[in-house]
Amino acid sequence: MNALPCLSLIVFTPWAGALLLALLPRISGGASRVLALVFSFSTLALALAALGSFDRTAAGFQFVERHAWIASLNVHYHLGLDGMSLLLVLLTGIVAPAGLLGSWRQTRNPRLFGLLFLLLQGSALGVFLALDFFHWFLFWELSLVPAFFLIKLWGGADAARAAVQFILYALAGSAGLLLGFAAIYAATGSLDFEGLARLAAAGTLHAKLAALGGFWPKAVFAGVFLGLAVKVPLFPFHTWLPSAYAEAPTGAAMFFTSILSKMGVYGFLRILWPLFPGPLHAASVPLLWLALGGVVFGAFAAMRQSDLKRMVAYSSVNHVSYCLLALFAVTSASAGSGATRGDFSAALSGALLQMFNHGISAAALFFCVGVLEARSGGRRGLGDFGGVRTSAPVFAGLCGIALFSSLGLPGLNGFVGEFLVFRGVFGLAPWAAAVGCLGLLATAMFLLTFWQRVFHGPRAGAAAGSFADATGGELAVLVPLAALMLLLGILPQILTAFYNPLITTWAGLLPPP
Amino acid sequence: MSLLPWSIYVSFAGALLALAAGRRSAAAARWVALATAATAWGLVLAAACRFTPAAGLQTVADAGWIPLMGIRYHLAADGISLTLLVLTGLAATAGILFSWNLEERAGEFFAFYLTLIGGVYGVFLSADAFLFFVFYEIAIVPKYFLIAIWGSTRREYGAMKLVLYSFAGSALVLAGLLWAYAAGGAHSFAIGDLAAAAAHFTAGEQRGMFALVFLGFAVLAGLFPFHTWAPTGHAAAPTAASMLLAGVVMKLGAYGCLRIALPLFPTGFAFWQPAIGGLAVAGIVYAGFIALVQDDFKFVIGYSSVSHMGFVILGLAAGNVLAAGGAVLQMFSHGVIAGLLFAVAGRMVYDRTHTRRLEDLRLLHLGRLLPFAAVVFVIAGLASMGMPGFSGFPSELTILIGAWRTSRAWAVVAAFGVLVAAAFTVRVITVCFFGSAGEPAPAAGTHPLPPITLAEKTGAALLIGATLLIGLKPGLLLDWILPSLHSPLFTAVLKGGAP
Repeated sequence: MNALPCLSLIVFTPWAGALLLALLPRISGGASRVLALVFSFSTLALALAALGSFDRTAAGFQFVERHAWIASLNVHYHLGLDGMSLLLVLLTGIVAPAGLLGSWRQTRNPRLFGLLFLLLQGSALGVFLALDFFHWFLFWELSLVPAFFLIKLWGGADAARAAVQFILYALAGSAGLLLGFAAIYAATGSLDFEGLARLAAAGTLHAKLAALGGFWPKAVFAGVFLGLAVKVPLFPFHTWLPSAYAEAPTGAAMFFTSILSKMGVYGFLRILWPLFPGPLHAASVPLLWLALGGVVFGAFAAMRQSDLKRMVAYSSVNHVSYCLLALFAVTSASAGSGATRGDFSAALSGALLQMFNHGISAAALFFCVGVLEARSGGRRGLGDFGGVRTSAPVFAGLCGIALFSSLGLPGLNGFVGEFLVFRGVFGLAPWAAAVGCLGLLATAMFLLTFWQRVFHGPRAGAAAGSFADATGGELAVLVPLAALMLLLGILPQILTAFYNPLITTWAGLLPPP
Repeated sequence: MSLLPWSIYVSFAGALLALAAGRRSAAAARWVALATAATAWGLVLAAACRFTPAAGLQTVADAGWIPLMGIRYHLAADGISLTLLVLTGLAATAGILFSWNLEERAGEFFAFYLTLIGGVYGVFLSADAFLFFVFYEIAIVPKYFLIAIWGSTRREYGAMKLVLYSFAGSALVLAGLLWAYAAGGAHSFAIGDLAAAAAHFTAGEQRGMFALVFLGFAVLAGLFPFHTWAPTGHAAAPTAASMLLAGVVMKLGAYGCLRIALPLFPTGFAFWQPAIGGLAVAGIVYAGFIALVQDDFKFVIGYSSVSHMGFVILGLAAGNVLAAGGAVLQMFSHGVIAGLLFAVAGRMVYDRTHTRRLEDLRLLHLGRLLPFAAVVFVIAGLASMGMPGFSGFPSELTILIGAWRTSRAWAVVAAFGVLVAAAFTVRVITVCFFGSAGEPAPAAGTHPLPPITLAEKTGAALLIGATLLIGLKPGLLLDWILPSLHSPLFTAVLKGGAP
């Protein structure tokens, strides 16, 4: 496997599928759906094949591909895989086919839909695997294009506005990133993440940026920070999210919440933290408050929604913020604060697990909302349903698993990640853990409201008449996802084994207790 | 390398041939024009294959011309001129493909068109400032006729405004050059000799001469606030002329700034540098905002050209090798992208719908009626926004990095300009091609529009291929450009080597 450019294959196979669809203008709708699905499965297949030769004891990058790209600018084609990227590649491999199945029945131009979806999938994989800013930014920006058109062309009534708002927010963030890296390149002559991380660890990067004087070092940090924060999104840069997710067609919403938001979190862990440990430490208290803002505000806002899709969208703000809460708690630790290695490891391990778990659970929830919508002719209000459990028991059970996983019930996957995050944050910044509990409480309230109003009580609303149970196609998505939630709830070490060496290395970099 | 001068001669000969062929039929004139442009481009590409990048100009033709004043017919090329020669050939060939439907006085149209091309090749090859100026004037005159005869909305006004601005600019250039020639006691117009003589000028003289020459050229490059001729002229011009004017002729001005104004007057440059940079970034943002509120499809693109040319001027103003290299790359990139945008707006859309008002286009849902045009415009728009993978990204990134080294404020404002560019591009894409959600879409077939022709598809493929190729392999051009900027002529103005 090492002889093959394994990572390039992972990145470009979906794009090859998109190209194929582009070259077949007369293909029938059904054939284009099948073709897109086959190519979207390639990621999982290739990632599982690569797993065989993945060294679980190594912390560094594996399967590295590095070639000169633009020699005169010192830019390289640089791909590499470590435990964190592997986790996200696997997640993409699972969620992308599920997303395509989630929009299986939409009839408007399925060829173009599949084409854009595969473009988006390939871009996300590129973001998770590229290690040179030039290379990475290409995928980061290109992901916006299919995302924009997926919202704009297949979205709901307010899709045009949502799509424009989404892309303008994202581009504003990108402008910050671009400017930040222009400054870094002007100072160091390098755009390589690994090389820059080494410079940062040695203090050279900090010294070179400090030479800019005045507020400029802070501005460079702020630019990069902003670019990533909009993507996650970190409170208060999240305002584009509810309408973008709610207007997007089901499959796209699944992919956005699972993968696009993780691109941002990944950027925090892969870029911002290694390159700017000092500024992150200095700003950690306000940043912790922002993450808590996402946790608490996201949950309370979700509680106030009467539209199920917007409720799930706000719950994403809440869940993704736990990852950043963990990271900011880690960076807040200073020497002699009494924090232990165990706290660091728990917080970081929790953040990575939470990325994966939220990806699975939120995708399943958006899928369930899509099923409800399909059954009710497009209605998705909290009050539009009632008693679905009695007419569709299997669907209710599977959706319940996703809801309770999202809520953090022990035994399901969501619990493990959130528990580790809180375990770590409690040791590092006890006050933040205390405030964060408010979010847990509100999450439980709105998810239980969802569960009760839609599935329990007398049959009502769109579910008053006949309400068909899950079909074979729906089971094909929900059963594997639910099985994964159960499995990872009981055996989280399946995933943690991939990145334990990475966590050990990270924890070793931290200040002594 | 000796193939290069033939690009000029072939173009001028082709102009005469096209005029003659036009008497028989429009189709004959078209084919002559296409063959001429493709041959000239082929000659440039063949020469490019044999080109070895080096610091300094490599002479390709040299003969005495006016011995009394030491004027020589001296043609030479380096990586910078080669980049722009390749662009000229590409834009010229694509422009003819996008005028394939032209029937009215086709012989004369292509004669003017090829004369313009020949003049442009001449400018990019001149190593003698006087010769440069002669070719520069040859390129200006046909522009007037192309717009005034074959143009659309308010064509007389647009043509007159464009030509008056151009002549005013060249008058300033001429005054500055003659001043330098007379005051320096130089005995030739060779750029190197003039630069050597300029070293003896006082700082005051340098400032004055630089101001005249730079401003004269910068008017043609669309420097804010002397840019207003550009959108008016480009909107009024026929499609092929818009493509060539925005794509190549604006580059003549920027090229003049880089080739003549900067090396001749380094002290003057240092004095005016803050003002130029300030105007450049002001133009980037101002033109972007104007493009955001335009109601005419072609005016949006016209103002976007001004905004993008602001990046070229910013790259020159930054005064370092990296930014200047980015500026040359941006000249190439914008030439291709502006060509593509004007091709869609003028040929694919306007020639079919006969309206350029965004409000009218919104109701047509062109994304469904002309899916090919929609795809091409989305690609061109992405390239124009500076999306990675397309040529605009490496060029704007290198300019930003270089500008950051000189003035961080410029870089910040310019980055904001990138955002404004994204906003107006997204707006025009959605309004023109994807209608509004509220309006019912007309059923397909109610507005039968002629299908996209093979000529248009070929032209679009050429331009898209070029922007993608340079977007993914900017090294192809940067490896020509950067060594040329290490020439001794530039050492006084361009600080810092490549990284």
